[in-house]
Amino acid sequence: MSVTTAPVPTAPRPGAVALGRRRRTRRRRLVTGGLALLALVLLAVSLMLGQTFYSPGEVLRVLLGETVPGASFTVGELRLPRASLALLSGLALGLGGVTFQTMLRNPLASPDVIGISSGASAAAVICLVVLEVGQTATSVLAIAAALVTALAIYLLAWKDGVVGTRLILMGIGVAAMLDSVVSYVIVRAAQWDLQVAMRWLTGSLNNADWGRVLPLLVAIAVLGPLLASQSGNLELLQQGDDSAAALGVRVERTRLLCIVAGVGLVAFATAASGPIAFVAFLAGPIAARVVGPGGSLLLPAGLVGAVLVLAADLLGQYAFGTRYPVGVITGVLGAPYLVYLLVRTNRAGGSL
Amino acid sequence: MPRARTRPTPVRLGWVLATLGLLALACAASVAFGVRAVSVSDIAAGLSGSTDTIAQAAVSKRVPRTVLAILVGAALGLSGAVMQGVTRNPLADPGILGVTTGSSLAVVCGIAFFGLSSPVGYIWVAIAGAALAATFVYLVGSLGRGGATPLKLALAGAATSAALSSLISAVLLPRIDVMDSFRFWQIGGVGGAETDKTLQVLPFLALGVLLSLASARGLNSLALGDDVAAGLGAHVGRTRLLAATGAVVLAGAATAVAGPIGFVGLAVPHVCRLLVGVDHRWQLPFSALVGAVLLVAADVVGRLVARPEEVDVGIVTALLGAPFFLWIVRRQKVRAL
Repeated sequence: MSVTTAPVPTAPRPGAVALGRRRRTRRRRLVTGGLALLALVLLAVSLMLGQTFYSPGEVLRVLLGETVPGASFTVGELRLPRASLALLSGLALGLGGVTFQTMLRNPLASPDVIGISSGASAAAVICLVVLEVGQTATSVLAIAAALVTALAIYLLAWKDGVVGTRLILMGIGVAAMLDSVVSYVIVRAAQWDLQVAMRWLTGSLNNADWGRVLPLLVAIAVLGPLLASQSGNLELLQQGDDSAAALGVRVERTRLLCIVAGVGLVAFATAASGPIAFVAFLAGPIAARVVGPGGSLLLPAGLVGAVLVLAADLLGQYAFGTRYPVGVITGVLGAPYLVYLLVRTNRAGGSL
Repeated sequence: MPRARTRPTPVRLGWVLATLGLLALACAASVAFGVRAVSVSDIAAGLSGSTDTIAQAAVSKRVPRTVLAILVGAALGLSGAVMQGVTRNPLADPGILGVTTGSSLAVVCGIAFFGLSSPVGYIWVAIAGAALAATFVYLVGSLGRGGATPLKLALAGAATSAALSSLISAVLLPRIDVMDSFRFWQIGGVGGAETDKTLQVLPFLALGVLLSLASARGLNSLALGDDVAAGLGAHVGRTRLLAATGAVVLAGAATAVAGPIGFVGLAVPHVCRLLVGVDHRWQLPFSALVGAVLLVAADVVGRLVARPEEVDVGIVTALLGAPFFLWIVRRQKVRAL
């Protein structure tokens, strides 16, 4: 939650609290709706733009299943998988990221900083370069590796319960180890494997196809509701373990469920599009900024993630001379925000 | 920080002698073992300059490599010890604080935008990048309540290196030629050692060593806390600046010549504090010594584990050093973090 120092009302009039709550709920709905609309617009734009421009009418007809000469292939087979992958990866990364940030009460504790994406990357690079197995096996192994990494970090940090700070530091250590594995494999990679392997360093949506989109869709359909069911408990967990337990939250159970769901989402997204830099990290704080205090951040953060990836992919493809992978754009855009966030968090001493 | 320990001088001297012995052993192993097995007579011939057979040539190649490993290891160990002293933080390390990533980015920008190609140019640029990154991470990590706590510094370092790495890939991706050479540099290694390059980095290393060792007494006062140190008449700001400059020059120069090598600076000072105690006048030189032993040994291990290929020393230190990091974190009390 962003720490805004609102002027303390000296004597709250009857109904003032309810009024404030209603105002915040209205703002939440408005902002969430706006974000969803923005994501849809960006999705539409990325379906229309490209080598040839197709009008919204043509795109709509393709989406409705009609056969439009030319557009059916380009929009239906090339642009739609890519745009859907962008939308879904962003959604999954945003959801997973904000879960970790809320749970550990630290905006810097996102899955990409604490090593979970590194686990998926390391497994994927090894599969692609050393074992030379196919896309499906790579995805499965990447997801398994991310879960094992998360479990390992959790167990390593376990000492009479898990404390957030220790978990984060353990994650940083494990990430350093896994990243060195990734670089070792990449150095050994043949030149022609390099482009593919680079995807596992920065994240890219090139060569998107339905085979990569569908597992991600299923993961979001299963794990999203699971997270949503825990969002109330997650909110209470922010007040500290003891307070949450006193309020009737089964702390370790909630934490375990959130970790499994969050890691699952991040791992599926990473397996589909590589570790798109900083999306999991940025979505939560941005959502907290635009939504304002109160209420769960899950849905807004997921939408912010989707908007980020869609916008970054459009920028990367068309804004510069060379086509940059989406991860480079989010990385470069994310870096200054990260700096700002670090400064602000440390100065205020608050969390998200 | 571990409990304050002092050791009697004979014990310290004993440890120094033992480590020197270990260093000699490690150097011998580094010359003798490698992808190609060589005989004792070949070693003797190779050391005296003969390159008639492949084995002798291999031996004469291993000598500059060993020298470089000693220098880089000593520089990183010393740099880590000074950084842990300056920040009074058990997790300080050139790699974790993002200092090496800073020099990487600077070198990449130098190659890509300014056509940098001479090793001396690399060194200047790398040191500048290291200094900028170190200043930034320390400033960000020490904002707010509690000053530079281990958690805040480590997070600021990890986040900054993540940000800098994405900038590195943004610079590299459109330039395939630079990328291809950089991916080898990106992993720290001493395999490509050449005597010329080593000689060029030597003055910088010497400067860093001088600055660091000169601030040893000041670091002892700093360990008591800023207020007490100032009360005892120490120049807190000056000592910190001097020591930090030394540490950054060492880390930057080591990175320029060998690429980013992590965890040496983290692990070595902890071992040294156990062996010779917390007095920086002993701890700093001893850290350099242990760092050299560690890096030479890690290089030998990297050459032997994956024959006929080599594992770069940066990878060996990361795989060995990261568990050490985890152990330190686990040992700390939660409150202290």
